Amino acid sequence: MIRIANGQGFWGDWLEAPVRLIEQGPIDYLALDYLAEVTMSILQKQRKADPQLGYARDFPPLIGRVARMLRERGVKVLANAGGINPMACAREVRRLAPDLKIAIVTGDDVLDRIDSLLAQGHEMRNIDTDEPLSTIRDRITSANAYIGAFPLARALATGADVVITGRCADAALALAPMIHRFDWQPDDWNKLSAGIVAGHIIECGAQATGGNCIADWQSIPDFANIGYPIVEAEPDGTFAITKHPETGGRVNLETVKEQLLYEIGDPRAYMTPDVVADFTSIRLSQVGQDRVRATGITGSPRPEMLKLSISYAWGWKAVGTLVYSSPDAYEKARTADKIVRKRVQELGLKFDAMHTEYFGVNALHGSIAPSCVEPAEVQLRMGVRGADRKAVDRFTRELIPLVLSGPPTATGYGEGRPSVREVIAYWPALVPRDAIDTHVEVIE
Amino acid sequence: MKVPLASIAHARSGDKGDVSNIGVIAYREEDYPVLIREVTAERVKQHFGELVKGKVERFELPNLWALNFLMHEALDGGGTISLRTDAQGKTLGAALLRMEIEITVTEARP
Repeated sequence: MIRIANGQGFWGDWLEAPVRLIEQGPIDYLALDYLAEVTMSILQKQRKADPQLGYARDFPPLIGRVARMLRERGVKVLANAGGINPMACAREVRRLAPDLKIAIVTGDDVLDRIDSLLAQGHEMRNIDTDEPLSTIRDRITSANAYIGAFPLARALATGADVVITGRCADAALALAPMIHRFDWQPDDWNKLSAGIVAGHIIECGAQATGGNCIADWQSIPDFANIGYPIVEAEPDGTFAITKHPETGGRVNLETVKEQLLYEIGDPRAYMTPDVVADFTSIRLSQVGQDRVRATGITGSPRPEMLKLSISYAWGWKAVGTLVYSSPDAYEKARTADKIVRKRVQELGLKFDAMHTEYFGVNALHGSIAPSCVEPAEVQLRMGVRGADRKAVDRFTRELIPLVLSGPPTATGYGEGRPSVREVIAYWPALVPRDAIDTHVEVIE
Repeated sequence: MKVPLASIAHARSGDKGDVSNIGVIAYREEDYPVLIREVTAERVKQHFGELVKGKVERFELPNLWALNFLMHEALDGGGTISLRTDAQGKTLGAALLRMEIEITVTEARP
């Protein structure tokens, strides 16, 4: 049996979580997930400004902090912290933790290969809209293939203490140690599927151990000390989900099921680079306090195509807020909304969309929000988006003047005029798997 | 009798682009058939009204006493494009649990 923990569900997750996972009980592997779809384009921007950047900057200091414990306890780390510059990330880790052996996995980044891929006849059409990539070719800001767990397992086989990747399937970070230690083969579909399901359960950190859990949330103990999830994986593909003793949170059928269903599509065909997992085959049972066992998981052969995560410059947006107090807070906010819309119309500003929300009334659920009698205050939140940066910028000057020139009791304009932000949008596409070559490199 | 879906089920929701997914899970195995009967794709689409512009798909996971819904064009473009506060649909599961369902007296037994 091996223990694989997840200590970071996204870049910005709790800094203490990975440290506590190493300190508070036994684990063999620590998986850290830093990359969301939009993260890649932010990292591209940073590398453009400085060729030594383009990775998750939280990661090297963390490894520096825990380096000695990793060596003493024999814990290996797998992280997609490399972003679009795994080499620079590895060098910084090496500087802060010189005693650790580091391996990087590359080959996911295809930004420089887009034209040659197009020339080879790979259209990379948008999966959702079927538009060809040529419509946004000159606006692409990043392009990465989701790679699977086998190259990560090869990196572990080098004896590395820390494996750094770029864009890989999130669940691959947990599957790779199982492949490495249990010698699973590329056609062990049921075992690979089990590893992916385990990886899916822990990839969002404490969302598997009581975080964001709707079921009986008031009774979940000690959120402040929440334990992050640990998979106890067996060579036959069965596993248990648990957390360290004496930590907060909860692992039961409800917390695990909520996470299993998180961000999935067709449960019979959960697509990953290594296997197509069948979530309807999972058998769960509570086998102890904070311990859920999973058995019976099956999978089918991996897809022929790999998913590409492409980002591109879409346009501009701005969002601003004003707060109105009672009495008649909602009416004041609606009046302000009408004033802004009238002025925008008179200025002839054109947007792709203009959106208004009323916090304290129905901002999240719109017309299906529960009714609300007399809110003490309402926050007006207005946003626009469009291709014309000047129009978006002009909009940002229309909201704040209402503090002095509109309905009474406006406040909360805090930072003043809202800022115009660039919108980097996401273009999901497919590419044949033989178009992607992965490499493992040990950083000495 | 009418009860809110929250009395027999919990949920979690998230996003993939402009698609929001909601996993709805019965607390008890015996209530799974009630989910199947009451929480249809049509009812879910109707419940969300203008919030969901596209189609709603339903998938069954009897092993987890659960249903998974995919709601298309539900997030104002999704991701970074969306102007909504809840651009990732994180709260739509809670919104679905407010839906009223019809259960029999036998089914209401604790």
